[in-house]
Amino acid sequence: MSTTASQNQRTAVVALVGNPNTGKSTLFNSLCGLQSRVGNFPGVTVEKKIGQMSWQGRRFDLVDLPGTYSLSPRTLDEMVSVDVLLGRKLEIGHPDAVLCIVDASNLERNLYLVSQILDMGVPAVVVLNMHDVSEARGITIDEDALAERLGVPVIKTQAHRRHGIDAVRQAVAEAVDSSRKPPVSRIFPEPFYAECEKLEQQLAGGGVGEVPEFLKHRLILDPCGCVEAEYAARCKNNLPEYLSQCRQRLAEAGCRVPAVEAQRRYAWAREVLDGVATRPGQRAVTFSDKLDRLLTHKIAGLLLFCVMMFVVFQAIYTWAGPFMDAIEMGQEWVSSLVSAGLSPGPLRSLVNDGVIAGVGGVIIFLPQIVFLFLFIAILEDCGYMARAAFLMDRLMTKVGLSGKSFVPLMSSFACAIPGVMATRVIENRRDRMVTILVAPLMSCSARLPVYLLLIAAFIPPISYAGGWITLPGIVLFAMSSLGALVAIPIAWTLKKTLFRGETPPFIMELPSYKWPSPRIVFHRVYDRAKAFIVRAGTLIFATTIVVWAAGYFPGDHSRQHQIEAQIEQLEAEQGDESEIAALQEERDQLSAQLIASSVLGRLGHAVEPAVKPLGWDWKIGVGAIASFPAREVIIATLGTIYSLGGDVDEEDQRLHASLKEASWPDGRPVYSIPVALSIMVFFALCAQCGATLMVIRREANSWWWAIFTFVYMTALAYVAAMATYQAGRLF
Amino acid sequence: MSTLDGLRTGQRARVLEVSGEDAIAVRLMEMGLIEGEEVELLVFAPLGDPLEIDVRGYRLSLRKSEAQRVLIEPLVDQ
Repeated sequence: MSTTASQNQRTAVVALVGNPNTGKSTLFNSLCGLQSRVGNFPGVTVEKKIGQMSWQGRRFDLVDLPGTYSLSPRTLDEMVSVDVLLGRKLEIGHPDAVLCIVDASNLERNLYLVSQILDMGVPAVVVLNMHDVSEARGITIDEDALAERLGVPVIKTQAHRRHGIDAVRQAVAEAVDSSRKPPVSRIFPEPFYAECEKLEQQLAGGGVGEVPEFLKHRLILDPCGCVEAEYAARCKNNLPEYLSQCRQRLAEAGCRVPAVEAQRRYAWAREVLDGVATRPGQRAVTFSDKLDRLLTHKIAGLLLFCVMMFVVFQAIYTWAGPFMDAIEMGQEWVSSLVSAGLSPGPLRSLVNDGVIAGVGGVIIFLPQIVFLFLFIAILEDCGYMARAAFLMDRLMTKVGLSGKSFVPLMSSFACAIPGVMATRVIENRRDRMVTILVAPLMSCSARLPVYLLLIAAFIPPISYAGGWITLPGIVLFAMSSLGALVAIPIAWTLKKTLFRGETPPFIMELPSYKWPSPRIVFHRVYDRAKAFIVRAGTLIFATTIVVWAAGYFPGDHSRQHQIEAQIEQLEAEQGDESEIAALQEERDQLSAQLIASSVLGRLGHAVEPAVKPLGWDWKIGVGAIASFPAREVIIATLGTIYSLGGDVDEEDQRLHASLKEASWPDGRPVYSIPVALSIMVFFALCAQCGATLMVIRREANSWWWAIFTFVYMTALAYVAAMATYQAGRLF
Repeated sequence: MSTLDGLRTGQRARVLEVSGEDAIAVRLMEMGLIEGEEVELLVFAPLGDPLEIDVRGYRLSLRKSEAQRVLIEPLVDQ
């Protein structure tokens, strides 16, 4: 079938599979370097990662499949790997070889997957990774004998040290060239194979053409599996009924489905390893075991967990600060260069207020993403992440989630973007989706300036308990906790409605501890940062330009630009300061008028009836609309509307004063404590972050979930803000 | 009959059967909990659930509700 001639015409395709925690990603990176194309398989949340491997002038496409313990697909996500291996994914084509990585220190369980792969009839190469760890544990493996028993090449590697990588490349090239299929091993009892043949006739009778042998196995072995669902829809003669009778017959013949598969495959693994791998009789207590005893200890374990989470949190919250400031300074510096080169006008406004602000608004999140993934990558690679899930599982099951949701949700307190990206550790789709959907409710760092501005202006600094507790502090704490509290019923409701189903199991390997590899950590951080910049960057950028245009047009900006030019000239000449101040005031007044008459301002007026029940006037409405791409924009927008210019911050005393003085046409002040609280509640719950929505779209692989998040959070924010204002007025 | 969640920390047992035929039962078997296999309960998580066992030379965590599906015969330490 695959002759040398046809191979010259196309790049050979090699699939990479393996159990989780075997060093699969490390091997992938060692074989392909940083060049990989990342996308999603349509309709599922499985990432499609294809790397390019070169060997002796030839190129191979290496497809990285998700880590799995077995190929018995029960969900569409799990079905992707089976489809790729059997060549049923047209965009990838039929794999010329499969590379299966196994953990040398845990061979018996890893051979389970190997035995399924050998049944698929694709040329295979087995990579025996981490043999240094197994040797340290006193396990000896004769890889030549193993290769002979399996009938496929076996290569020893230490992927994290890049040992044996070229041997893998060589073996893959040979496997592709020889296209020698692994020997057929009939590991099941004879009645099973007899049933497979009968099944073929049944399928043909139902109008289904040729079915791969492996899928026939799956049809019989996986009651209610994905393959059964697929063929039941295609086969005309009641396949489920036939299959249940078939399983009944097998049970009577002494091979009970589904137990027979695990029994036979593990028995086969024992036979293969007998005399090939020797384990010391008594398992020695390793350093990893001692560490585990400490880290899962009732008191010390929880304490160390808190310390570790605190460090992670600090990193994204505080340590990223200087880098974010530097990015902001860089942004200002570029703006000033533009200002020096371009005279005031629409173009300069577009470049500075649209383009540079838009790009800056995306890059500003990069330090937080890098820091979070640095820590997550370290914790994951050293084996602690699985323990974090182990420690927190009890707590998270109370809201219907699992322990694996804890770290992503906690990270979202700093920024929902890395938080949503971190949900990839959750392999259950329903758990992952619910975690993604509630993550933006966690109070992220961009909400803080909004709280600080409104608290400083409106919450009286009353203190209790001798100054230890203050009212502003209580309000800040309440606002920061609000999202997390609301997330509990939301997560619960989502689990009961849209993501209804059985509680997914928490049957999970706890890998041995090891030192994290700098290379792997670097790769993980690089991948996530790149994915964010490329995917989120483009659309956020576009949204920012739209909001800029809405605030700029229509309107005659010529006088404004003229004044700006005058100010710049006077500043350059170090002219009269009072003259500059007068011009600045005129400019700020003018800016306020222009934004009021712009599309954005008109929109604000138009939504005033809708925001009035929240206690807001049209100016707050404009601020809220302008801050949909990024919530912290409200401060600059309010600055512009109140004629203070756009470069105010939350500590600006003039802005505090302007807010306090703002009044309705009848002279009543606009802002009161209920209004301030209503705005804060709105900002606490609303999905005002374009970047988060883009990341949700990417991670959920559908626009629908991004739109859903936007709609549910905005509706929630509106209702809660209204309730706050209306309740506040009663006092 | 005894189940895996009833073991004490450090106690060893032999697996008799995994009850049920659903996804959880299959996953337990795929992870190596097969009739005749010896396991050891290593620790319960600080909040009491899940638990960690040693099976086939590696560490596996599972919830009590899942461990209840694994029928065992406790081994007496000599």
